[in-house]
This record gives sequence, C-alpha cells and structure tokens, in this order.
Amino acid sequence: MESSSTITNKAPEENRGKAGPLIARLLIYLFLIGSAAICLIPFYSMFITATHTNSSIARQLLLIPGDQLLNNYHRLIETVPIWRGFANTTLISVVSTALAVYFSALAGYGFSKYRFSLNNVLFAIVLGTMMIPGQLGIIGFYRLIDSFGWLNTYWPLILPSIHNAFGVFLMKQFADSSVPSEIIESGRIDGSGELYIFHRLVLPLMMPGLATLAIFTFIGKWNDFLNPLIILFDNELQTLPVMIAGVKSQFTADFGAQYVGIVISIIPILIVFSVMSKRIISSVAAGAVKG
Amino acid sequence: MNSKLTKYYFGYIFIAPFFISFAIFGLVPILYTLYLSFTNWDAFNDPVYNGVGNYTRLLHDTAFYQSIGNTLIIWIFSIVPQLLIAVTLAIILNEKFIRGKHFFRAVYYFPNIITPVTLGVLFSLIFDWQTGSINKLLTTIGLVEDPINWFNNPWWSRLIVAAVICWQNFGFNMIVFIAGLQSIPDEVYEASQVDGASGWQKTLYVTIPLLRPVFIFTLITSVIGGLQLFDSPYMIGNGPNNTTRTMIMYLYETAFKNFNFSYGAAIAYGVFVIVMCFTAVTIWLTRKREQ
Repeated sequence: MESSSTITNKAPEENRGKAGPLIARLLIYLFLIGSAAICLIPFYSMFITATHTNSSIARQLLLIPGDQLLNNYHRLIETVPIWRGFANTTLISVVSTALAVYFSALAGYGFSKYRFSLNNVLFAIVLGTMMIPGQLGIIGFYRLIDSFGWLNTYWPLILPSIHNAFGVFLMKQFADSSVPSEIIESGRIDGSGELYIFHRLVLPLMMPGLATLAIFTFIGKWNDFLNPLIILFDNELQTLPVMIAGVKSQFTADFGAQYVGIVISIIPILIVFSVMSKRIISSVAAGAVKG
Repeated sequence: MNSKLTKYYFGYIFIAPFFISFAIFGLVPILYTLYLSFTNWDAFNDPVYNGVGNYTRLLHDTAFYQSIGNTLIIWIFSIVPQLLIAVTLAIILNEKFIRGKHFFRAVYYFPNIITPVTLGVLFSLIFDWQTGSINKLLTTIGLVEDPINWFNNPWWSRLIVAAVICWQNFGFNMIVFIAGLQSIPDEVYEASQVDGASGWQKTLYVTIPLLRPVFIFTLITSVIGGLQLFDSPYMIGNGPNNTTRTMIMYLYETAFKNFNFSYGAAIAYGVFVIVMCFTAVTIWLTRKREQ
C-alpha cells in the first residue's frame, strides 16, 4: 500500500522539486525489490536446504550451501524413479500439446472462415464448456476409462486434449485477425483442397497463435495432478507431480531427499523460463487480452 | 466471402474433432456422474438405484459444509491480497521511469508456472514445525522463543494455504493487469493532464475505472478456479479437524480413498451448483454496479 501513495508524490515531478520524487522512487524500488525477494527466497532456501544433512536441517537456519546434495539425491533415487517420471511427464505433455494445438487451430479456423448454419450456436456451446468445472465429471470419467480398459495407460491423459475450448476460442481470434480470406480464395482458385489450404497456407499464418497456445497447454499438462493421480497406478508410468506427492509421504522424516525431489521438479521449469520468459509472459498477456 | 466458393460444409468437418472428443471425454462422464449420483455404488458391485438419497445425505453432511466454508475462507484470504498486490505492481511497472521492468515481471510471474503440487510440498516443508526454515528464521532473529506449530492451528493453516495460492497467482494477475493498462490509450491520460489531474487522481479516476473489465475478468476466472482448489492444499494436508480440506479434496477423498463413488458424484454436483451460484453472483454484482 505504501507504493500507491508514493505514486502520488512522483507524478507532479515536472513542477516540483527533485527531493520528493527521488525519495518516492527509492521507496518504489524498495517495494519492487522486496516483492521480488519474497518471490525468490523460498527457492533459494530450497536449493540451500537440499544440500544439507537431515540433522543440520533440523538444527539450524541454513543460509549457505552444504555438500550433501549427492547423498540426498542418491537416497531419493533409490526408491523413486524420478527421472522416469520426468520422461513420462515430458512425453504426455508434448503429445497432448501437439494434439491440442492442431485440433484447436483446425476448429478455430473452421469457426472463423466457414459460414455454416450452426456456426454461432456451436461456438457458444464451445464457450459454454469453459464454464464447467473440470472435476464435475471426474468420477464418470474414471468409470468410463475403466470400461475402455484404459486405466493405467496414457490415452485418457492425452486424448481429451483434442477438445480445448480456450484453445478454439484463441485460435478463432487469431484466424479472424491474421488469416485473410483472400488467401483461402486464391488457394481454391488454384484448385487446392480445403485441408491442403489449411495445412499449407493457413497454419503458417497462425504460427504466433499456435506458439501462444502451445505454451499454455504445455504448462497446464506439465502441472496436471488429479488426472494422473486417479488414472495411473504403476510407479514406472507415473508422472512427476504425482511422484513428488509420493516423495512427501514416503520420506516423511527425510527432509534432504524431499528437498532434492522438489529441486529436480523446479530446475527444468527454471531453465526453460529463464530462456523463454519474454515469450511466455507475452503469451500470457496475449491470451488474457483475447480472453 | 464469395458464396459460390465458400465450401461451408467443410466447417463441420473442421470442428467435428472438438465435439467428438468433448462428447466422449467431457459430456458422457458428466452425464454418467449425474446418473451415479442417484445410485449406490462402491466400485465393486453394480450401481443400485438410490433416488435422491445421496443428495439428502449431502444436505445434512456437516463435513461438506465445512469444506465449503474452508474453500471460501481460503479463497477470500488469497484473492483479496492477490488482486491488491497485482494491481499495485502493475501500475508501478507501467510507469515509464522504472528500470529492469522485464526482470521484475519475470520474477513475479515465475511462481505461477511452478507445479502447484511441488509448491505445496515446498511450503509444507518451509513451515514445518520442527525443521522448517520459517521457524528457524523466527527463532534465530528472536521474534519467537519456541517454534510455532503452524499446522496445528486452523487459522494459521488456512492462512498458509491462502498465502501459497496468493503467492503463486499474483504474478499472473499482474501480467493481465499490465496488458489491461497498456490497452488504455495515452490520449486519456493527456486529457486528464490538461484537466489538471495529479498523478494520484489519474490513478484513482482514470486508471482504476478503465481497468474495470480486466478486474471483472480476473475475478470471474478466480471464482471458477479458486473454488476448485486441490493440488497445493492437498499437499499441505487437511489441517487440524479438516479445517483446510477444500471441496475438491473432500470429493477426492470420498470417491478415490473411501471408494464411495456414488456419494462422490453427488458431491461433484454439489460443488458444481456452488461454483455456478458464486459465478452468477459475481457476474450479477459486477453488472449491477456498472449501471
């Protein structure tokens, strides 16, 4: 709250002295840096704690790195196939994202460029499905997957990505604004089929939209917890979030190993984010503005 | 579009995958869950018709009411500071003189893409009674003499769960608010400057009212998302006397831990009705104020 009052002092800088704005700016920066510290300190604490023995974790506040990282890591690896979980989650997320992006683009383009009679009604239904809480059908979903014989497989985690209402909405917006109808017309005059036009002419134009949607879908799938938790039982097939949850219950008193598990699940996200943060943030902003 | 060249029926083919997938993996499970909610089913024998028995039980289930209360308390304690911090930071980061904007934006947004399960485990470790960093810090600087048993106290537990959710999501809302701020045309500010508005007045009478639609968007999405809290509270645990058990946690425990699928289905519909009511109230409140 102090920050909003400091904005007051800052604005009339053109007509007032320099001392006021200077202090105000200092306070604003302090507020920004303080908030950044609150965001980062838990991660710092996590890295530091992961490198100490359980007895020193229990004994004192740890501020500098120790040398027990590998020991903690080996204890974790002995019982939890965490890299296997990592590979499983990557596989599920990549395939789901590819499906979601392709079929959302297909449907978004269909809604955007084809004037079929039920267009508006069906698009309203697509938007309506976004309002349904995700867990409403979870028990029926479990039972249905059981009757397909698909429990403990990846199909129920991957295939539903084909219907992504937010994706269809986003892709329709992109097709509306960045796919000119003239291009489709010229493709038809050249005698190209509709699917050929979509694959060769339209998809390249929608690339920025596809990238935005891919980022959203990938993060969502990577973090998915409830679905793999109920669908998969086999430890070898399990995803990273469920394994991390398992680490908490299996290593109740082994804090070092728990911290290493968390570090392993956060590091890849940290690396990807530090390389792509501009792209990810602008995607989030674009998605939110369109939404 | 030239009607002769518009192959409108192709639109149906393009949107078909969405609707087929939604029908199988979305609609059928939802309707099947509805059917199960009128039966008695323990997953081992066949479902037996039970009329509205599950719903009668739900209406008298204090555990369910408690989980509604818990969810609302956690939601309110997380959404209010979350939006305040987000809008404050967005306004500051939208000022021209701030340096390192991208760095701050990236740092504030980072917690949002971390797996919620991982954050739940991380914070349950950090706030651990005997070994957590928070208690070590508080005792080291002498703020408290004995470590505080956070998760033994209902209100501390709820506040910590709310804080984790606030901490994870304020960055996302900040990005949305920044996108909203950037869509406010400069002319509006110039006009208010001509009218002699101070910086504080600009924020209060120009920026905030123009951010209304963005505020409504974040509020509605956070009602739908916030009432379905599961991942990170589930990792932190049920709290003393189940005081941090959310609605979805209760649903999960009933169906997938106690294998009472039919009662779980009734809870799922109870949650659905509550989410819809709160969404409707939010929309109604924001509409009413607009007139």
